[in-house]
Amino acid sequence: MADQNLVENDEPLLVAKSLSKSFGRIAACRDASFSLYPGEVLAIVGESGSGKSTLLQMLSGQLAASSGHVSYRMRDGITRDLATLGEAERRFLFRTDWGFVHQDPAQGLRMAVSAGANVGERLMAVGWNHYGRIRDTASDWLTRVEIDTARIDDTPRTYSGGMRQRLQIARNLVTEPRLVFMDEPTGGLDVSVQARLLDLLRSLVAELHLAVVIVTHDLAVARLLSHRVMVMKGGRVIETGLTDQVLDDPREPYTQLLVSSILPP
Amino acid sequence: MTAMIDIADAQKTFTMHLQGGIELPVVSGVTFHVNPGECVVLSGPSGAGKSSILKMIFGNYRCDSGRIGIRHRGTLIDLATAEPRQVLNIRRATIGYVSQFLRAVPRVATIDVVAEPLIVNGMSRADAQARAGELLHRLNIPERLWQLPPATFSGGEQQRVNIARGFISDLPILLLDEPTASLDAANRAVVVELVAEKKRQGVAMVAIVHDDEIRHLIADRIVDVTSFAAAA
Repeated sequence: MADQNLVENDEPLLVAKSLSKSFGRIAACRDASFSLYPGEVLAIVGESGSGKSTLLQMLSGQLAASSGHVSYRMRDGITRDLATLGEAERRFLFRTDWGFVHQDPAQGLRMAVSAGANVGERLMAVGWNHYGRIRDTASDWLTRVEIDTARIDDTPRTYSGGMRQRLQIARNLVTEPRLVFMDEPTGGLDVSVQARLLDLLRSLVAELHLAVVIVTHDLAVARLLSHRVMVMKGGRVIETGLTDQVLDDPREPYTQLLVSSILPP
Repeated sequence: MTAMIDIADAQKTFTMHLQGGIELPVVSGVTFHVNPGECVVLSGPSGAGKSSILKMIFGNYRCDSGRIGIRHRGTLIDLATAEPRQVLNIRRATIGYVSQFLRAVPRVATIDVVAEPLIVNGMSRADAQARAGELLHRLNIPERLWQLPPATFSGGEQQRVNIARGFISDLPILLLDEPTASLDAANRAVVVELVAEKKRQGVAMVAIVHDDEIRHLIADRIVDVTSFAAAA
């Protein structure tokens, strides 16, 4: 058992240390810690108000933690504390190496500009300036997310909910980020549309070797997409482990309740 | 000989919090080992804990105490205390598992369901699909079905897809949970053949098989699980 701690992979990409957030007297998130490795998908599950979205916002640098740290290994290999990044650096990270898929696509897209421009905009932000190449790449990405390229000049306003969500994914992935945050990405969709989106996400995540932190209240989504889960309740992480282990052999009373509440298909 | 699986005094109890915290002892004192090229069959009545032991070896069920030693890339690692990432690495490179039922993703074609474990380990899609095709062919899944998702297949067909997916990789440990349960005689014979090939390749296997004839054909050793029955 000597090499029990032998790691077969490299260093973590994202490390959270004792993250806490209070709003006045309310502790929305208490003492959350974990490491996320390249290519690893972590699902944060729990009911509304459990603190999962607060945690996601802290991890993605959108909300300052009351205490604790988040550090990220930048593309140059140097791990930096997010709190020490300047605003411009943080924005650049967000436009290039990170993605954020919102539950409501309208929050992640620019609804008044064309689909092609929505995807192309991220490329321009990283310095692409050749119109033809940008358009070709945007068109490639529409195909990858199963959107008919004939719709490239239409605005997302004319798209269905499922198409908007797929467009949001294309917009996020076009710069080949290493880390993507997802907040209930299948939340507002019909079941049939959900299955298609999940399937698409699953193959893209594997193909691009993405690290993902996904917040969901749907355990089926966690099972399909994630390697590991963190179960949250009342602002605390109450159980964590390999996804199939936590779902098939839940230990905590609340996790057992969650798992037993799933309706059989 | 160096064992591939070395389990010592493993114990598992379920605590059912929703039923007033009832303790449901599953197994205790589980101790056995499996050598390369050997197939150990777990025997015992339904409910004795055979599947639970298999799930503990795969890291799907947690182990409350004891050791689940797995030889992974030459080193014995205790799966009972391993980090999730390490368990995933072990599953990718060392332990395969053929469950009783196929859990497939909607929309994924049968050939890709079978080829996936090879692609995950870095084989090209074309090569992986070629090997998947060979196995599906051997297991009598007609080629016209390969591009369809297995969700609509019959129970026996799904089980054969599952077997193909489980047997396709060259992993040193293979766990088999009733691989022949819903198969006809011809396909059971194919599975027996596949198990024999794995043995020749030095794969260590643990199987649950209810069919006496199949058990007789594949078992090198039988471990009676009733001796691990947890005292209630």
